[in-house]
Amino acid sequence: MGWIGDTVDSVKSIQIRQLLTQAVSLGMIVTSALIIWKGLMCITGSESPVVVVLSGSMEPGFKRGDILFLHMSKDPIRAGEIVVFNIDGREIPIVHRVIKVHERQDTGEVDVLTKGDNNYGDDRLLYAQGQLYLQRNHIMGRAVGFLPYVGWVTIIMTEKPIIKYILIGALGLLVITSKD
Amino acid sequence: MHSFGYRLNGLLTFSVTILAIMCAIASLSDNLNTPSPSAEIQVMNINWFQKQPQGNDEVSLTMNISADLQTLFTWNTKQLFIFVAAEYETPKNSLNQVSLWDAIIPAKEHAKFWIHTSNKYRFVDQGNNLRGKEFNLTLHWHVMPKTGKMFADKIVLTGYSFPEEYR
Repeated sequence: MGWIGDTVDSVKSIQIRQLLTQAVSLGMIVTSALIIWKGLMCITGSESPVVVVLSGSMEPGFKRGDILFLHMSKDPIRAGEIVVFNIDGREIPIVHRVIKVHERQDTGEVDVLTKGDNNYGDDRLLYAQGQLYLQRNHIMGRAVGFLPYVGWVTIIMTEKPIIKYILIGALGLLVITSKD
Repeated sequence: MHSFGYRLNGLLTFSVTILAIMCAIASLSDNLNTPSPSAEIQVMNINWFQKQPQGNDEVSLTMNISADLQTLFTWNTKQLFIFVAAEYETPKNSLNQVSLWDAIIPAKEHAKFWIHTSNKYRFVDQGNNLRGKEFNLTLHWHVMPKTGKMFADKIVLTGYSFPEEYR
């Protein structure tokens, strides 16, 4: 009777150890991804260091599905820069070009007007009711680099969430069933 | 260790890494280019110069813009976004930049051009400070690459000024 109890115990303990190891390695993967993301936020000084272009308002320069790398420095905002900004009340950030800058003598604060390259008129229609200009606190970053097509993965996952669930399910399955 | 899954994983990781390295090298190759652009802007006519009901000055002008930006193009350049901005100082604002006209140059052949145009975007001041004021016209260009780092530069042309009186 004793050795049956022993083997059952040893089998149970192997399963638990394996399970715990897999849980820890999964946790390590998730946290290192988080560390990289937060680290990027620190280095670039922007709340969201990488954005995906969602609309065609900057064509032919940026097409839907392109990825933009953002950077926010203390340098003053000047005409021609491509900035990413949030409008109060809208959750999706917009990527357009600055076409007008008015910088105050005393405070150095700026009023900025933007426009998408492919749009006919400026962005006043997009701003909040009564808002004529953007200020620095609306702007999340300047676009400094870009990669084409890579953002389609994010767009597909956002517009067809079923694919996101399938992917995560498959990944989870892979982690659980892998032998090491 | 040699199952289909592991091989596919290894192949995908390797190809993504190679693609990333190629994009980075393509972007770095842009630094080898030493551009020598030139531009000239003439204000042919001030069409009208009025104060709006809200109190802001507005001016409409016609310009001749000629430029040769061919040396800015590299094999990694997708397009050149150029615009002409008027820059001036007012008592309230240390810097005002108003974009008057812009264009997209898709290829090197189109980068040497001459255009006679009125301002595409309305030239409206924040206030009514424009009478008799001197301003610069700056031609900015933004190089948008096929992949990688974008960079920008400009040519500043000085010596323009508004009329003393509204007309």
